[in-house]
Amino acid sequence: MDLLIRNGRVVDPAQQIDETLDVSCSGAKILRLGKKLPVPSPRTEIIDARGLVVTPGWIDAHCHLREPGREDEESIASGAAAAASGGFTTLMAMPNTTPCIDNAALVAFVLNEGARTPVRVLPIGAITRDRAGKELTEMAEMAERGAVAFSDDGNCLADSRILRRALEYSRLAGRPLIDHPEDPALSRNGAMNEGTLSTRLGLAGIPREAEEIAVSRDIALAGLTGGPLHLAHLTTAGSVELVRQGKKKGLPVTAEVTVHHLTLTEAAVSGYDTNAKVSPPLRTAADIKALRKGLRDGTIDIIVTDHAPHSVEEKETDFQNAACGMIGLQTALPLVNELAGEIPLAVLVAGLTCNPARIFGLKECGSLQPGYRADLTIYDPESSWVLKPELILSRSRNTPFLGRRLKGRAIRTVCGSRTIFKA
Amino acid sequence: MAWTRKHLLSIEELSAAEINLVLETAASFKEVSTREIKKVPALRGKTVATLFFEPSTRTRTSFELAAKRLSADVVGFSPSTSSLVKGETIIDTGENLEAMKVDCFVVRHASSGVPALLARKLKASIINAGDGNHEHPTQALLDLLTIQEHKKRFRGLKVAILGDLRHSRVARSNIWALTKLGAEVILCGPPPLIPPGLETTGARVTVRRETALKDADVIYILRIQLERQQENYFPSLREYSRYYQVNRETLSLARPDAIVMHPGPMNRGVEISTEAAEDRRSVILNQVENGIAARMAVLYLLLVGK
Repeated sequence: MDLLIRNGRVVDPAQQIDETLDVSCSGAKILRLGKKLPVPSPRTEIIDARGLVVTPGWIDAHCHLREPGREDEESIASGAAAAASGGFTTLMAMPNTTPCIDNAALVAFVLNEGARTPVRVLPIGAITRDRAGKELTEMAEMAERGAVAFSDDGNCLADSRILRRALEYSRLAGRPLIDHPEDPALSRNGAMNEGTLSTRLGLAGIPREAEEIAVSRDIALAGLTGGPLHLAHLTTAGSVELVRQGKKKGLPVTAEVTVHHLTLTEAAVSGYDTNAKVSPPLRTAADIKALRKGLRDGTIDIIVTDHAPHSVEEKETDFQNAACGMIGLQTALPLVNELAGEIPLAVLVAGLTCNPARIFGLKECGSLQPGYRADLTIYDPESSWVLKPELILSRSRNTPFLGRRLKGRAIRTVCGSRTIFKA
Repeated sequence: MAWTRKHLLSIEELSAAEINLVLETAASFKEVSTREIKKVPALRGKTVATLFFEPSTRTRTSFELAAKRLSADVVGFSPSTSSLVKGETIIDTGENLEAMKVDCFVVRHASSGVPALLARKLKASIINAGDGNHEHPTQALLDLLTIQEHKKRFRGLKVAILGDLRHSRVARSNIWALTKLGAEVILCGPPPLIPPGLETTGARVTVRRETALKDADVIYILRIQLERQQENYFPSLREYSRYYQVNRETLSLARPDAIVMHPGPMNRGVEISTEAAEDRRSVILNQVENGIAARMAVLYLLLVGK
């Protein structure tokens, strides 16, 4: 079925477009953008997008789909359903599954399972076997089989020598590495941001320097090896400044921020709300300000969810022992929408479309240029709704936003011209 | 004023008026323990369960005696003999006991926030008997009762608290309690054992024992856990004692009528010398005695006082 989306506010940062336009799609591709476009074929669905925002399909470059191994928490299929309803068309799945995605056969498994879902699921492979930080994986073969990037996910590559070798070797694989920057010796046992609040709550803190030391080292190694290195979920003002300086020197580094680090402070954990326990931890209002500024000035390239489903048992326990992470695929769109204004919409959309497409080499993706994949996110920026448990399509419900009123809702998600979600 | 709380989870959440109400109630219960028949019927028909996920002798015994002297039925639960070893969750354990119609849980756990978690999940009243590095509110209340008996006031008193401030729930509860009641609190310990932001409570912080002890009215010595040395919070017990021990010599810096307190159990020869522990100014056993009255007051207010 062909598509003609009429009169939406089309925001396509790759083409510097932000105006009311029509978008026509034929086959699985974008046909053209323009005013008063003709109907492309007799088999065309016409969508009235007046008052709605139309963007390239959103890409989440950092999420956890838990399959294989923890299908009680999420499956590739359930994560994909949550993603589609949250406006995402492409997911990059982190490799911290059981077993971990550290060989080509497992990359193929994730791709095959993903192919049965309505969204595009792209596997991220591990940098080291079993993410143990000791031996490199067969990155070249995994890349050939479809891994879009490599990461040891929650485990920072603490051994600088291994990270150096991995960065060097990744040139053969032709794919970027993603590091979770956190000095494990400084963050060990930490459950939240270190500061006055951690002292009051009697919880072990993680100082911001744990991240900044690792960011600084990672940037240095990107310089030494030629990278490319992508820094996962920055949380501190200091990290933003380090990346800013690194980019100024022309070093091959890119960076991301999660939706929750852009919107929540450490205050969310007071009362020991384990749904607000995340790794790296939520920081302070000053950090949020710096992260937003970093996004505006291009220091931070992309916005991710770090969607991390966890079972009730892993979350309904004492804070120290509770699992880290929150789900985010269905709350990202409204929370990002609520930031529009303070941060230009084009910057936010770029962080979810053309920037991740560029960093991870996703072809014909992240923009609405003719011939590109017909992946679209159409949302109502004014629609207000309350996140109720029964609306959650993920198999887990660990989010501190439950019960919260949110503004902005996906109206239709289109992947390869196919409508994969309709409100 | 009237008591309105269902739980006692922290001192931080209490107002000065609430703290004073507990102290007044405790003072009136103190006499019960001096009677030939040490019992009043205030909590007859109520069931109190002690839920200690972490070992304790004195706090648990103190709570049990307090409940019994108020005629409550008391049951104890300890993880070694329980189904916790079979993987039962904290909440399951609480819900199972609650199904037996327990009115009040006295909870101790090695992890901060567990009493708050149980308070959210259970219908019964929860008393925090020490959670991780967070708070130990009844310890602070019995300490206040002890200070009040000896000093008759809090406002303007200089209270020095020495030791492992980072890991001490006793310190946190006492800092909140004493600053709320107008005492001047000075905290002292080796720098790695001073957590960030302590001064935001209104207390002062120093690393010098002499500064803390100078003209102090109350000297509160925290237990130093011997394993902290292995974690490199300080190089040796020897050096710790050299710079932080309260002994006869350093005690002389305080006011002549200063009192010496310790929440127990003491490491004699480490944070406190035997001479200081047994000095006429030591009120350590007095604290233990007041534990019963303070806990009777808390149990009474939570279960009847509303």
